Amino acid sequence: MGLTIKSTGNRLLKDELNYDDNCHVIALIGNPNVGKSTIFNTLTGLNQHTGNWPGKTVESASGSYFYNGNKYTLIDLPGTYSLFASSKEEEVSRDFICFEKHDLTIVVLDATIIERNLNLATQIIETKDNVIVCVNLMDEAKKRNISVNLKKLQNILKVPVIGTSATNKKSLDKLVKLIEKTCNDKTSKKMEFKYDEKIEDVIKKMTKTLDKYVITNTNRFFAIKILEDNKEFNNKIYDYLKLDETTRKKVEEVNLNCNTYLKINKINDYQDKMICSIIKRNSEIANEVCNASTLKISKTDKILTSKVFGIPIMILFLGIILWLTISGSNYPSFLLSKLLFSINDQIAKFLTLIHTPSLIYDIIINGVLKTLTWVISVMLPPMAIFFPLFTLLEDSGFLPRIAFNLDKLFNKAKCHGKQALSMCMGFGCNACGVVGARIIDSPRERLIGILTNAFVPCNGRFPGLIAIITMFFAAGSSFKSTIILTTVIVLSIITTLLISKLLSCTILKGLPSSFVLEMPQYRKPQIKKVIIRSIFDRTLFVLGRAISVAAPAGLVIWLMSNIMIDGSSILSYCTEALNPIASLFGLDGTILIAFILGFPANEIVIPIMIMGYMKTSNLTDYNSLVELKTLLIDNGWTYVTAICTLIFMMFHFPCSTTILTIKKETNSKLWTFVAFILPTLVGLLICFIINTIFSLI
Amino acid sequence: MEITLDKLPMNEIGRVINLNVNNNLKRRLLDLGLTRGTEIKKLYKSPLNDPCAYLIRGSVIALRGEDAKNISVFYDCQSKLGGD
Repeated sequence: MGLTIKSTGNRLLKDELNYDDNCHVIALIGNPNVGKSTIFNTLTGLNQHTGNWPGKTVESASGSYFYNGNKYTLIDLPGTYSLFASSKEEEVSRDFICFEKHDLTIVVLDATIIERNLNLATQIIETKDNVIVCVNLMDEAKKRNISVNLKKLQNILKVPVIGTSATNKKSLDKLVKLIEKTCNDKTSKKMEFKYDEKIEDVIKKMTKTLDKYVITNTNRFFAIKILEDNKEFNNKIYDYLKLDETTRKKVEEVNLNCNTYLKINKINDYQDKMICSIIKRNSEIANEVCNASTLKISKTDKILTSKVFGIPIMILFLGIILWLTISGSNYPSFLLSKLLFSINDQIAKFLTLIHTPSLIYDIIINGVLKTLTWVISVMLPPMAIFFPLFTLLEDSGFLPRIAFNLDKLFNKAKCHGKQALSMCMGFGCNACGVVGARIIDSPRERLIGILTNAFVPCNGRFPGLIAIITMFFAAGSSFKSTIILTTVIVLSIITTLLISKLLSCTILKGLPSSFVLEMPQYRKPQIKKVIIRSIFDRTLFVLGRAISVAAPAGLVIWLMSNIMIDGSSILSYCTEALNPIASLFGLDGTILIAFILGFPANEIVIPIMIMGYMKTSNLTDYNSLVELKTLLIDNGWTYVTAICTLIFMMFHFPCSTTILTIKKETNSKLWTFVAFILPTLVGLLICFIINTIFSLI
Repeated sequence: MEITLDKLPMNEIGRVINLNVNNNLKRRLLDLGLTRGTEIKKLYKSPLNDPCAYLIRGSVIALRGEDAKNISVFYDCQSKLGGD
């Protein structure tokens, strides 16, 4: 269901993983993109971010449900291919499975690629006592003529196996029953896995050593891991097992002996050998339970990634989405403003009726309510239309293709191909894009992804861009607006690449790391559900922000323009003070103040600007954007002002939520400052150049 | 004959001989099931020629040329008429 209200905005800043003691804790783990989050959402009724691309869950989430009077808490872990973690979010999953207390582990498998998914499943079965194997996406498998013999799989693995289709509620009801049964009946005898003789020797030796000091059910698994000789992880294991210093030394000594023994026997790559034997045995299991299927490479992919059509089609898709957003929001905007202004009139009448003092009347009607009306009627419709469309693209599996098509460019900018994915999330919400950058393994490239995310306009900035373009450059034509906005977006992507390249060559020097991206099969999104859900979510989100941010901002701007000192308002002092600087960049004082007051939420910048200008004009009603243009021109706007405001709207400091998210993700004041100042400087520089060129002509 | 993966012709299948890549990538590729002897098929290129998508044990995986260069595969070009 794509980006949801939970996965964007302020909520990203909260660490939430809480559960009490009187419930069954269940971990959901699986390869990336097998539908864990969808299962999680259906069972808990929550709206965790889902979508058809590997890596969108980068943080664990928890949620609960009740069944037969018992509480069950599910933990949705980031997708991982194995317990040999190699990236940050995979470590989260591994550490949870290894060290956090939970009663049951559900391994979710993709029925269409059983063989590869078994790697993780068998590793988990080896580690944990209580495991359910949940073969998800059975409906997809059926569509592609892949049959999975669940009974046989259960007999081989000796743990409960269940087939589900996450979108089919009935199959999940069965899962809920199975969870209850498995939680209460812990005596499952599971399959034992054996490795090569020599490796088995050292594992046994290490297990025996551990058994001497501490008794757990998972000593064999810890023995296997300790032998991998990863210092950091071994220390975590010792901490977990509460081994004291002398014991640690003894265990390490045995570890050294074992590793020497392996070397003498010409086994130099213990970990590789382990993985190879896991893969070999899984390939055998897969052959037994699954009919050999030939993957049909969809023709769509050949076209979407072809030399001639690949990039034009992507731009066309972008154009279509933008066109639907622009032309679709005209009418609702008009209706909303009519409705809201008439409500305002009623409120005004009511306030007069109860003899409200004129000062309070003015603050409420002309300060707060008017700003709210602008935000809701002009800003809400484009946001509520763009979001579901974007979500549909995300759910269908189109994003990895974008990353695939653009990777060469990101490679040239010496950054990671997956940055394309976090950049795409940025179009929805920059804060979400910043968190999404966790899918990039290398710290250098991840930081570039974080610092450059605000170079693409987020959902909150789209309405402002659309308004300026429609007023000044498209004369109200949706088609022209679309073309211009598409160009602007493409330019923002190019800027992202250039800035990434600049960072890679200066303060974040380094070579691009390797790039492995899985291209999932296309899935048909649940269109109706997505549209209803995400329009609803977005509307609530914007309304919430309108009340918490736009209303106070409206109050501030009203106070600024009405508190008089020596015959002039505070606002005019401020704008006059800012004017000389602003005019260097083709802007004016009011625009700068609007951007500053709009720091908590970009969608209020334009409404604040209008409020600031309004004190001199008497435009009270809103019929179309063209009328607004008159207001702006009356206040000295030229085409250059429009271009520069557009540029500054694209490139300026990210909103406060994004800044706080960056602080949390980088854990560094310096990088947060860079993320703040970098887009601002770029925006000002471009504005300065444009303004200078035009003033010379 | 032994070639590197990036030289594998389009729509052809090779068998992995060796992964001469850094540890992180090696782990990733092994996780995806790319062990010695595994079949790997080149499916399609990105519009800018790099990266390429490969079929590995039932899933489609994109790899950059500079990484593919370090993966050696056995490719039987004789078995295919018109192969180069």
